[in-house]
Amino acid sequence: MKKDTILKIEKLRKYFPIKKGLFTFSKDYVKAVDDVNIHIRHGETFGLVGESGCGKTTLGRVAIQLIPATSGTIYFMGENLTELNKSELRRIRPHMQIVFQDPSSSLNPRMTVKQIVGEPLLINKKLRGEALNKKVLELLYTVGLNEQHLYRYPHEFSGGQKQRIGIARALALNPDFIVLDEPTSALDVSVQAQILNLLKDLQNKFGLTYLFITHDLSVIHYISNRVAIMYAGKIVEVSKTKELFEKQMHPYTEALLLAIPIPDPKVKKKLKPLKGEVPSLINPPSGCRFHPRCTKRMPICSKLEPELREIEDQHFVACHLYNREIR
Amino acid sequence: MIKLRILEEFTKKHESKIKDIKHMLYLFRRSFLSMMGLILVLFVILVAIFAPFLASQHPSFVEVTSERGTKRVEERWSINFEEKLLPPSPKHLFGTDDYGRDIFSMVVYGARTSLKICLLVVVISTIIGVILGGIAGYFGGKIDEVIMRITDIFLSIPGLILALAVASALGRSIEHVMEALIFVWWPPYARIIRGQILSVRENQYVEAARSIGASSWRVLFKHVIPNSFSPLLVQITLDLGAVLLVAAGLSFIGVGATPGTAEWGLMISSGRMHMFHAWWYVTFPGLAIFITVLGFNLLGDGIRDVTDPRLRR
Amino acid sequence: MGRDTLLSIRNLKTYFFTYEGVVKALENVNLDIYPGETFGLIGETGCGKSVTALSVMRLIPEPPGKIVEGEIWFKGENLLKKSEEEMQKIRGNEISMIFQEPMTALNPVYTVGDQIIEVLLLHKKFSGFSMENLPKYNLLRRRKIKKEVYKEAFKEAVEALRMVQISDPEKVAKQYPHELSGGMRQRAMIAMMLACDPSLLIADEPTTALDVTVQAQILELMKDLQKRKGTAIWLITHNLGVVAEMCDRVGVMYAGYIVEMGATEKIFDNPDHPYTRGLMGAIPKITEEKERLEIIPGTVPNLIYPPPGCRFHPRCKYAIDKCKESPPPLVEVEKDHFVACHRYEEVKHSVIVKKERKI
Repeated sequence: MKKDTILKIEKLRKYFPIKKGLFTFSKDYVKAVDDVNIHIRHGETFGLVGESGCGKTTLGRVAIQLIPATSGTIYFMGENLTELNKSELRRIRPHMQIVFQDPSSSLNPRMTVKQIVGEPLLINKKLRGEALNKKVLELLYTVGLNEQHLYRYPHEFSGGQKQRIGIARALALNPDFIVLDEPTSALDVSVQAQILNLLKDLQNKFGLTYLFITHDLSVIHYISNRVAIMYAGKIVEVSKTKELFEKQMHPYTEALLLAIPIPDPKVKKKLKPLKGEVPSLINPPSGCRFHPRCTKRMPICSKLEPELREIEDQHFVACHLYNREIR
Repeated sequence: MIKLRILEEFTKKHESKIKDIKHMLYLFRRSFLSMMGLILVLFVILVAIFAPFLASQHPSFVEVTSERGTKRVEERWSINFEEKLLPPSPKHLFGTDDYGRDIFSMVVYGARTSLKICLLVVVISTIIGVILGGIAGYFGGKIDEVIMRITDIFLSIPGLILALAVASALGRSIEHVMEALIFVWWPPYARIIRGQILSVRENQYVEAARSIGASSWRVLFKHVIPNSFSPLLVQITLDLGAVLLVAAGLSFIGVGATPGTAEWGLMISSGRMHMFHAWWYVTFPGLAIFITVLGFNLLGDGIRDVTDPRLRR
Repeated sequence: MGRDTLLSIRNLKTYFFTYEGVVKALENVNLDIYPGETFGLIGETGCGKSVTALSVMRLIPEPPGKIVEGEIWFKGENLLKKSEEEMQKIRGNEISMIFQEPMTALNPVYTVGDQIIEVLLLHKKFSGFSMENLPKYNLLRRRKIKKEVYKEAFKEAVEALRMVQISDPEKVAKQYPHELSGGMRQRAMIAMMLACDPSLLIADEPTTALDVTVQAQILELMKDLQKRKGTAIWLITHNLGVVAEMCDRVGVMYAGYIVEMGATEKIFDNPDHPYTRGLMGAIPKITEEKERLEIIPGTVPNLIYPPPGCRFHPRCKYAIDKCKESPPPLVEVEKDHFVACHRYEEVKHSVIVKKERKI
């Protein structure tokens, strides 16, 4: 494992069993994350892009063991998370935090800002009274809030402010790694700009590493160094961000870029909508999961699943079009 | 000066809560019936608290050993056959009963008894229901199934018959009535809380709590249950009235309060045979029950309207 | 105004009278929509876009809301002077509205086909049968509606579904909303709303709740339908990409009034109002290299106590005293380009720096 890799995920799977009653387990699983491999380097912003239902949210949560993995390994700062027991995990937890998507439901409506931001400190560092107050205020200042807000309730704040509170909470334990699950999707454009700038500043100030999950390609272009595209539980392409926008290899990535409207009327492209809909994760298509919707499919695509391979320097694709052995 | 500072600090700390409460009171004030309910309930509570000052006669409390050897405290009122069955007068505002006891005093002290029953039954049932329902809803799976089946079993026990059985087995007393009622009163609360929890636990702040290292118990009691409580609050207020009626009813049929206690249901029962020549005997205890239950119902309605998030602002 | 407008809103004021005070949601809204075009209304949360649309449809809940002043001219008539009955004839028939969440806008206990039939029966005649003859509560009683009438209406409903590119429309017409996916439901709602050939379709965040690729499908569909039927589309959204893609003209709204209105390219590339500039600077764009996104300082004002004069002035770097005193009127500064800013001339001439890159 390279020295500056902070998170290394190997062959990760997360299957959710579908229960059918008290005593019977049907053999069906929702294969939310299926055989995923990812390396994230220290200090970078790694983007994870996909549509809803592709498994990216689940991947984000399993990566920091908020949900246990079904199989596979997760190396975080050298330790194998999948082999830790509960108390060991609790020890490591302060190093990896998460910011959620919906600012309205990620804050307990019955707790004040002070309680919300102070809770991680209360639980993990056992801070109380004056010491707690001081640290909470510090965190609030870091995200652009102040002591006026200490005793207020979440519903008194705007979406952007609520998201700042969520970020303050995530920073409370001095993490090294933060998963950002669609942190700006629920926010207005100008507020999103503030939050994105804030995240960039915080990253520089504290040397944070981000896993940034979103479906908005423009945001990814702005904020991430490298990006992975996810489809139906699998990673289909990984590359440096700039490169991805210049040259897409996987047909899905291509389609995604064509489907997303760009806020620039000069680039009025013919939106080429992809036919069909996102596949079910319970019975995904055989072989390559994208093949039913792919305009470039070949006979082999419905039979054999393509592996994620490095085709160019640091540009990985899972697609038979690039598989020279097969052609 | 220091006191002022402390008050200032306090108001600042709780500014939001105060604003919220003010708003709720405003909504409340706008509904005449809810205010009515609040006034009635407060009235009854105050009567119960100040009973010794309002009543002209006072009961004494005597320790009694039953045949089985269990010790209990019973209420005794002094009897005065000279004054029996007198109509309402300045001396006896509600008249007297067939033992010459002042009905007004008995009704006033009866408020204490009734409120005690209501509150104890409802509060204890709530505690049991919340804990069981909370665990079931939050942990899910087999635990949920087991607890829910137990709840179902308790739900199918008829309260009245249980109370009768308990009374005949252990002797009639208010305490036994309360225990029997608690037995059958907690299941609906467990269900309500469990239902709420199933939706509350999907909120992201629950996930967030786990991500900062909170244990399951902390998440359950600090995050999930407080947010599941509001429908329960309404149910509780309405139930106070329901319990009162049930308890009075049980005393009426002779299963609840021991004879001689000032309890509204019991008084109505005793007054039945004197109904036509001493109307005050049944009327005033009956009115007391009516006013109290009405108060609880109106108050409960009011609280429900006020806490309904859709009607806010 | 030039050519005839389809919809003209003039000086619209809608207020909400609440416990906390009077929310002056719309203060002097002026906009025009021409027949057959796609008009985008953009603005951030709380600026009043949905309230404007609801005011046009006269669907503002009457306490606590009230349309205090203004005129809404539709096809030469002032909608604010119409009775509720007259409005009901217009809704679904000449002006239709589709909403963001198709699940809540479609009634879960009726099949999709029945819901389209409801709209058809309300506004059209079938086999000589007209809704006006039936008392209102008999709307979907099949026994009371003659079989032939129902059959005919059903056929039209199926055609409507076919036109929104739903494959196997007969089957879908008999299904319930929860049996369909998000994209299908939105198509069904579009079918329902276009069934009577309205001249104006109001779409309030129609694709925000949908997946990106489904969104592309729905947008293509709307463009296609517009070409075929000549319906004008009033698109309300905060997604600037969708607007750039779909709209001919755009209105920018802030805190209850229109600050700028004109052709899409003009508004996006070279906006003249300080707020529009700030907005465009805050969007991350794939076509530009940005080190930092531009921020508009401050926050959206409280509409109970809005700032005096121009509501944007507290956040505007060009603000002068005049801006605090009087609200700027929406003025046509060039052909078909309207701006509401006292210092329009100076703002126009300050240059915007952009680093372009090719994709």
